[in-house]
Amino acid sequence: MTLYIILTINSITMGGLLFLLSAGFSLIFGLMRIPNLTHGALFMLGAYFGVTFLRMGVNFWVAVIFAGIVLAIIGGAIERLLLRRLAGQELAQVLVTLGLAFIIADACLLIWTGDPIPLSAPESLRGVERFFGIVFPRYRLAVVVIALIVAVGLWFLLERTRLGAMIRAGVDDPEMARVTGIPVSRLFTIVFALGAALAGVGGVLSGPILSVYPGLDAEMLPLALIIVILGGAGSLPGALLGSFVIGFIYNFGQAFFPDLAYVVLFLPMLLMLVLRPQGLFGKHPS
Amino acid sequence: MLIFLLKMKMSSFCVALFSVLASSFLVVASYAQDVDPIRIGLMTVKTGPLATGGIQMEQGLDIYLRSVSYTIAGRPVEMIVADTGGSPAVARTKAQELVERDGVDAIIGPLAAFEALAINSYIAQVEVPTLSIAAAEDMTQRTPNPYFIRASSSSAQASHPMGHYAAVDREFRRAITIADDIAYGQEMVAGFQRVFEENGGRVIAKLWPPLNVAEYSAYIAQIQNADVVYMAFAGINGLRFIRQYAEFGLQGEIPLLGGMTSADESILRNMGDEALGVISSSFYSSELPWPANVDFVSRMREVYNVDPGYYAVSSYLEAMVLHAAIDAVGGDTEDKAALMNALRAVELEDSPRGYVRFDEHGNVVGNIYIFEVHQKDGRLVNTPIKTYENVSQFWSYNPEEFLSQPVYSRDYPPAIYLGQ
Repeated sequence: MTLYIILTINSITMGGLLFLLSAGFSLIFGLMRIPNLTHGALFMLGAYFGVTFLRMGVNFWVAVIFAGIVLAIIGGAIERLLLRRLAGQELAQVLVTLGLAFIIADACLLIWTGDPIPLSAPESLRGVERFFGIVFPRYRLAVVVIALIVAVGLWFLLERTRLGAMIRAGVDDPEMARVTGIPVSRLFTIVFALGAALAGVGGVLSGPILSVYPGLDAEMLPLALIIVILGGAGSLPGALLGSFVIGFIYNFGQAFFPDLAYVVLFLPMLLMLVLRPQGLFGKHPS
Repeated sequence: MLIFLLKMKMSSFCVALFSVLASSFLVVASYAQDVDPIRIGLMTVKTGPLATGGIQMEQGLDIYLRSVSYTIAGRPVEMIVADTGGSPAVARTKAQELVERDGVDAIIGPLAAFEALAINSYIAQVEVPTLSIAAAEDMTQRTPNPYFIRASSSSAQASHPMGHYAAVDREFRRAITIADDIAYGQEMVAGFQRVFEENGGRVIAKLWPPLNVAEYSAYIAQIQNADVVYMAFAGINGLRFIRQYAEFGLQGEIPLLGGMTSADESILRNMGDEALGVISSSFYSSELPWPANVDFVSRMREVYNVDPGYYAVSSYLEAMVLHAAIDAVGGDTEDKAALMNALRAVELEDSPRGYVRFDEHGNVVGNIYIFEVHQKDGRLVNTPIKTYENVSQFWSYNPEEFLSQPVYSRDYPPAIYLGQ
């Protein structure tokens, strides 16, 4: 029984972490119609920037925000300077994001070396919570709360602001949105910057749990892909639900079918692609 | 993983593209003299997840060659470094480059077992002595390669003694093992389990997270009802696991034992209090007290500002062995068979790990130590707490009998106490 409870809590906390990873990926995918293969690298880059800010003696939460800002600038620049030039050529755009992922990974290796770097959680969130004899790390619980706050914030942005309405219009029908005077190409830049910022924030927040090391990017990217395919590209509720579903599949799968850990993880994605290519909440096939 | 495969493809492409360009930079030291230099090819990993250890390998070799002024048996020495990126295909290409283009007299490396297996038949075919740290059991057991020797340790060579220490010295009875699901992790766990169970212990659960698993909480949740945990990780996974073990409040609750690379110096320097109390078994730590090691450690600190660990000392040892063998054949590296015989006959009285010799299969015989992580002068160190002297890859078993049994794996020896 204890095992089930621990696995359930684990799944929820992992879901929170995965949402921070996949929300930005989903937005970019939904609006720009391309899987941004740089996303894992941006996540790792954010974590490394977090390391640098923390080493400069900055407070943890400030480091999270700084990393988000730096990544927003980098993301905006990538869209403006590279992807913009390839507008309409989706394959070329995907390949550019893949190439960039390699470049960022190698640059990280050069700057931050190959050593794994653990990040320390903020002082107040270290240690464990005990309830009914079950021990659980406090920081992980905090990550769930943060993920939910981010989810509400994003929901508010998308559903209750003018910018959000334009983004939604762009996701639904970019041609029609353009015709009605929505500056879709500027939206691209904004959404890419926002997505990159979310990846960066997620990277730093995941640092105390995952540590930062070369290869983190390649481990996280497939998870983001699975979640977005499950939830549906461009859908915030889809990313949220997908994250928690994957969190549960990941934890229970590894506990009960350890030999099939990856089968259990990727099978739902395959089934979804065959049976419902638009995902749970998606509006068009991804 | 798609992205991983793409990455591998990409790196081999880059390697092909830049190899010509890079070759001019790779020669770290070359001396324009009349005597034909001895060329040593170092196959290591300088990019990707294994880079931490791979870079230490290069540092260890450099420190040794500096100590002999890059001269062996009166001949200047060239070190030619090849980065395999941790990929078997690249390792194969690099081995061929080292042999056919650079004309190396011997190869030190590669780092990982799957790389060693990829070049195994090639080095036998071209007859180039290879001194590797790849721990795969059968490379020096059931299918030994006459051109392969290992001065570090086979996978289970250090985990047999840990099984003994856990069951006999500490009287642990119920163990859970957790290891990378690759041959290295499986072989270490098998050796631990065999000796542990023969001395009254029971392995009640064996957990196998994939090598590149994102995190360990799903596995840590399954650690229950045990009085000890044995971990066998490679690369940086030990660091990640130990941190999460502490995060879930298990540090100090259930003692944590580890294999050679689970808590070695290459990852310890990036860790904090969460690693205190971890007990591991290995053939080396920077804390071994004799002069040969104190000297080596101080030179590593001076030049590279790091404590040497498993990887650094391994390439240092391989270089020591190679040096002794080349001296023994009077500096003639052309007669490969003679050099190989000399390599296997090497005995080092005074190496950083202590006394070292080789068995007839080309694997090292030497001390194995049990270490505990302590704090010292503001940093974490592996303090030796027990010594098992002159341990071979066969532990206390009869070699012939040992070799007639299947190689260690996930399922051999069978775990009969699971779930009890």
